[in-house]
Amino acid sequence: MVSSPLVRYLLRRLGVSALLIVGVTLVTFVLTNLVPGDPVAANLGQRAAENAETVAAYRAHYGLDRPLPVQYATYLGNLLQGDLGESQQTHRPVLVDLQSAVPATLEIAIGAIVLSVLIGVGFGVVAAVRRGRLADSALRLVSLVGISVPTFWLALVAFYVFSFQLDLAPGSGRLAPATTPPPHVTGLYTLDALLAGEWETFGDALAHLMLPTLVLTLYTVGLLTRFTRSAVLEVLEQDYVRSARAKGLPGRTVLFRYVLRAAMVPILTVVGLAFGALLSGTVLVEEIFSWPGVGSYAYQAASHLDLPAVMGVGLFVGIVYLVINLIVDLLYGAIDPRVRVT
Amino acid sequence: MSRLDGPLRARFRTRIPQAWRTPLGITGAVVALVWILIAVLGPALWPYDPLTQDFARLEPPTGAHWFGTDELGRDVFTRVLAGARVTVPLAVLLVGLSVVIGGVLGLAAGFFGRWVDETVMRVTDLVMAFPTVILAMVVAASLGASLLNAVLAALVVSWPAYARVTRGLVVGIRQADYVLADRLLGFSPLRSLGTDIVPMVTGPVLILASLDIGTATLLLSGLSFLGLGAKPPTAEWGSMVATAIQNFDSWWMGVFPGLAILTVVMAFNFLGDALRDALDPRTAGVLGKAETR
Repeated sequence: MVSSPLVRYLLRRLGVSALLIVGVTLVTFVLTNLVPGDPVAANLGQRAAENAETVAAYRAHYGLDRPLPVQYATYLGNLLQGDLGESQQTHRPVLVDLQSAVPATLEIAIGAIVLSVLIGVGFGVVAAVRRGRLADSALRLVSLVGISVPTFWLALVAFYVFSFQLDLAPGSGRLAPATTPPPHVTGLYTLDALLAGEWETFGDALAHLMLPTLVLTLYTVGLLTRFTRSAVLEVLEQDYVRSARAKGLPGRTVLFRYVLRAAMVPILTVVGLAFGALLSGTVLVEEIFSWPGVGSYAYQAASHLDLPAVMGVGLFVGIVYLVINLIVDLLYGAIDPRVRVT
Repeated sequence: MSRLDGPLRARFRTRIPQAWRTPLGITGAVVALVWILIAVLGPALWPYDPLTQDFARLEPPTGAHWFGTDELGRDVFTRVLAGARVTVPLAVLLVGLSVVIGGVLGLAAGFFGRWVDETVMRVTDLVMAFPTVILAMVVAASLGASLLNAVLAALVVSWPAYARVTRGLVVGIRQADYVLADRLLGFSPLRSLGTDIVPMVTGPVLILASLDIGTATLLLSGLSFLGLGAKPPTAEWGSMVATAIQNFDSWWMGVFPGLAILTVVMAFNFLGDALRDALDPRTAGVLGKAETR
């Protein structure tokens, strides 16, 4: 019935992904329940927590009075219907919260990953080609510093210098206080502003994006430079590259048609991993720039033991991770015919 | 596989001194040593007490207070030095625990294979599917904010890397002739594991681990920055940066503790980079991440 091998492959991957997603919910659920923290104490005030009736009502409202396996089964059942539960913090459905937080984070993360790939892969190629020369040493230093900088500190310093002292960048948040967000289409303010033709809003949103994106970029650039360098070096040693050179092909052709193409497979894997690292980084960066994204939401949720919200964030991150892995695997096939699904 | 046989140990012995001879390697070694000394000597080096408050609040750096004073009049220089005694030992503890847990599970997975391998590897997949900080944040928040809990939280996310590296090494060695010979000699699997596999794996894993102290420092100070680790008045670098946010004008409060984190992490990354080059001069590849290829 399903004849195309690619379709069959995708279906199998989707099946495995669904299992992994369930796994992610299970891990989050077990972790948040095994540990001694009590959501009642975290969310109700002290006086309310002493009132047995209030506590019982609270527990009943969030289903905390039922046995754990039942709670988990209920959660999965609701999940199948697209219901992620209600946040104990914001008292809104988690799905609604995520719908406003996810675009905010994606806006920084996408910008950062695009910049990092452009800069990092470029740096890595240069370092590999100029191996042992000054450029290699300089880029090595840059990438090592890049992966060593504490993101939260860099964010603070960048904010202090560029926004507070030099006034080159706007303050925190996604828009200037007086600016109204553009009409909601994608939730990405820059894109929405463009779609609505609001140029001023676009400029403002872009300016606000600049610092958080650049701060996040530094770490990933360091990571990608190192990986690209070693991946390219490994290919440069291959016999077929030497043959290509020996038969007189211009260096540029050898580099782009022979070397980079083969090096792209390991590099892609790392780009996928780097995106995960970026999502981690946003937690620390969003705090400083008061960016209302998934990171801030996750932080609020985790520090108040807001189980449905934490599970929601876990799900979102798990799905992003799986989607990226799938894309990376499909791209392998596009680059390397040997691993193509046939 | 051949790389993991006999010559590996010899290479560790002969190459390490050479690795330190690169400028970055030397810099890394010196900076790391300085921080270790600062942590060991402790109070002997402190010009003030890290917790004593003073009326000279939020003073910019002067001759008396090299790094200025914080919102409670405490000497930032002293607190930065004192911070070395908080974060670095905990980072070592975190790495040590991760090596033990990850190492044992990785050994089991690599040696016994089959369902043990499947189970351990799928669990590492699951944990690694989570962004480290978010998972650690959940665990730290549920355990309650304390430095030791931050270590436990970080442990949850950091052991899988060691499990994978160890497993990879064991799988490589398991089929080596001398391990196969154990079976001919009638060794029990456990004896074979103890005499021929564990000693071969220990060296590389420990070296990898020692280089991870930098990353562990970054993770732990990040958790403290979020308020999920050290509690006031502990002089911890991450939480010092966090208090600096509330005192935005006093740049010195945040800049210096951050530089402390940066230099520690950088020292270990420099060392690691030099060592990797020495161990694998061909590619200067990334040892621990070989699995991701």
